[in-house]
Amino acid sequence: METRRDVFQAIADPTRRAILSLVALEAMTAGAIAGKFDSTRQTISKHIQILNECELLNQTQSGREIYYYFNPEKMEEVADWLEPFRKLWEERFNKLETIMKKAE
Amino acid sequence: MDRKTKINAEDGTQEMVITREFDLPLEILFKAYVEPDIIEQWMGTKVLKLESKKHGSYRFETTDAEGKVLFQANGVIHEFISNRKIIRTLEMDNAPFGVQLEFYEFEKLTNETSKLKMHVLYESSALRNHVLKTGFVQGINMAHNRLQDIVNKLK
Repeated sequence: METRRDVFQAIADPTRRAILSLVALEAMTAGAIAGKFDSTRQTISKHIQILNECELLNQTQSGREIYYYFNPEKMEEVADWLEPFRKLWEERFNKLETIMKKAE
Repeated sequence: MDRKTKINAEDGTQEMVITREFDLPLEILFKAYVEPDIIEQWMGTKVLKLESKKHGSYRFETTDAEGKVLFQANGVIHEFISNRKIIRTLEMDNAPFGVQLEFYEFEKLTNETSKLKMHVLYESSALRNHVLKTGFVQGINMAHNRLQDIVNKLK
């Protein structure tokens, strides 16, 4: 169990990045998020809790349901907030290079 | 870690530049942006339509195993010069990110290496920051494709 929560720690985990990518597009309930993964609801709840504690998620109540959505402002705290975006493209370009080398 | 991919997004501007040097001849690199089946492999999305020519258009779509649409993007190709340049727009369907204008410049370095410069203009500085902070939004299709791997590791 992590004792200290920070934005870096939150985005270091691929599952949490995947969750952020989902709620960046639309507000979702914890149940709907968990539905996108094969892992247990408890595991996903734990990830949501960590993201929430770091304020990377905002939440809004609608009736009995709590909807989560991405809070991009919190990313300001990451000294190099472009790094995840750069990494995404680095991975893609690496893949492109690998595929084309095989095809050559 | 190898930092072959460089990114620059200055404060207060509405643009972003990504550059990358490839261990690939220029023609091979360019091919990865033109051949639909190759794009599908490295972008992790289906290519429903791609007219690689001036005033052509394109449409990408990613679905999950049940066929539910996870990601859709489309755009128009404004300029297409083989092995040199592509100018196109990109818009994600059902997402609040607006239309972005993309300039791709392909450059030969040596017979075996090449460079890509990807220059993207967003509608506003705020919108650019929103997209970049999200970081993964453009890669949402990729995130989905990787969900299964991630999930398997968790089990």
